[in-house]
Amino acid sequence: MSEQFEPVIVGFLCNWCSYRAADLAGTSRIHYAPNMRPIRVMCSGRVDPQFVLKALREGADGVMIAGCHPGECHYVEGNIKTLRRYHLLKNLLRQWGIEDERFQLVWASASEGIVLAEAVNRMTEQVRALGPLDWKDTVIGINGRGSFSKVETASLVEEG
Amino acid sequence: MADNGKPKFGMYWASSCGGCEIAVLNIGDKILDVDAIFDIAFWPVAADFKYEDVRNYPDGYIDLCLFNGAIRNSENEEMAHLLRQKSKVLVAFGSCAYEGCIPALSNLTSREKTLSTVYLDNLTIDNPEGTLPKEVSTVPEGDLTLPSFYHTVMALDQVVPVDYYIPGCPPEPEQIWAVLEVVVNALLHGAELPPSGSILGAGKVAVCEECILEKNVKRITQFYRPYEIIPQPGLCLLEQGVVCLGPATRSGCGALCPQVGMPCRGCYGPLDGVEDQGAKMLSAIASVVDVGKAGDDEHQLDEDIKAVMDTLVDPAGTFYRFSMAHSLLRRARVNGNSNEAGGDQ
Repeated sequence: MSEQFEPVIVGFLCNWCSYRAADLAGTSRIHYAPNMRPIRVMCSGRVDPQFVLKALREGADGVMIAGCHPGECHYVEGNIKTLRRYHLLKNLLRQWGIEDERFQLVWASASEGIVLAEAVNRMTEQVRALGPLDWKDTVIGINGRGSFSKVETASLVEEG
Repeated sequence: MADNGKPKFGMYWASSCGGCEIAVLNIGDKILDVDAIFDIAFWPVAADFKYEDVRNYPDGYIDLCLFNGAIRNSENEEMAHLLRQKSKVLVAFGSCAYEGCIPALSNLTSREKTLSTVYLDNLTIDNPEGTLPKEVSTVPEGDLTLPSFYHTVMALDQVVPVDYYIPGCPPEPEQIWAVLEVVVNALLHGAELPPSGSILGAGKVAVCEECILEKNVKRITQFYRPYEIIPQPGLCLLEQGVVCLGPATRSGCGALCPQVGMPCRGCYGPLDGVEDQGAKMLSAIASVVDVGKAGDDEHQLDEDIKAVMDTLVDPAGTFYRFSMAHSLLRRARVNGNSNEAGGDQ
């Protein structure tokens, strides 16, 4: 591949802090990676784990959830629920063979445009280094059927 | 065989344990009614029919075919296509055909690893020459063939269109009989069949609704596997830290497991409107963990919560024990970004 791989990161940003942080990053003219596709949710606690899995299946190379700092949630404890889900979901994703860097949780308050921008930059580079995820084609598609050929069984014996 | 005018019944096992067959026999003496009403056209476990007999039937000859078992190899898939062609009503019967069930747990690893565990790398295996099944073996009499073993286990509806689903591992006998009655009424008395794609023989609410255990506010600080704790009788298991999939599982079984101290493992599959049962259960579990509150130190909070979640061993196997093939991601990625199927890194 001659062109540099540009990862697609789906970002779920909470309405009260992180979406405003993204707004602030924009109005402050902070330059940062354009790889995150923001989706505004009312609270990071609104992010159903199904959203994350679906994003990864449908072509995202990484998923970021961003919300208010613990203790600053508009709904008091929504982001603490997010944190609980996040750790469990991360353990789960590891079992599916998805690297930790592809799923990140970021706390960014409405005044922290720079924090969000830096997190997006950092994650973009990490995911870029990992390469495309391409779940539909490389995991579901190609690996779907297939039989064991003589060559494959031979290599298995050597390894075994 | 002479046609006696009775509706034709078929049942087939693909990648399954045989428990679904036992469940059908568990409808008790009603099995005699099944025999009286239906003409058995194909049922390898109960009657001597060959695949060739099925191939010779005209299309749509079998009125009701209960297909149990997942699609694990090319033989399973071939039979799925054949029985779809020969059946008027094809039912994905039991959790394997419906959503992959236990066989689909091997979607967490590769075909090569599965074969290696079964034939090579296992304490109880005595296979010094490392013999593995081969698709084609040449012997003096000619070539012998075996079905090819797939990398990914699939549910029945991932290879052919399915009319109805009956969940459960295995489906409960009274539910099986209830479904048979509906179909018999349609076949013999012209009653209307349920809409295609329906889930039959199950409820619409969560298992918790049927569960008789006492439920209070759930606040847990550690997870236990069933062998690690003797649960207090009569009290909700989830409240005691045992991962019970009741909140994310469809009712219909009568909540049999929790009543005897075993947590619900989720065999009746997701509720209506849910695509991924495991993700929903993960979400539910997160809300009952009572560690960390607003105002705690950020790093401490992070560590405390992580420590609790790490006590839940094997989340993928726990949350997707029955629904791996129908989950959003369907299988694990076993070899990074390589396009090679399998890989044994």
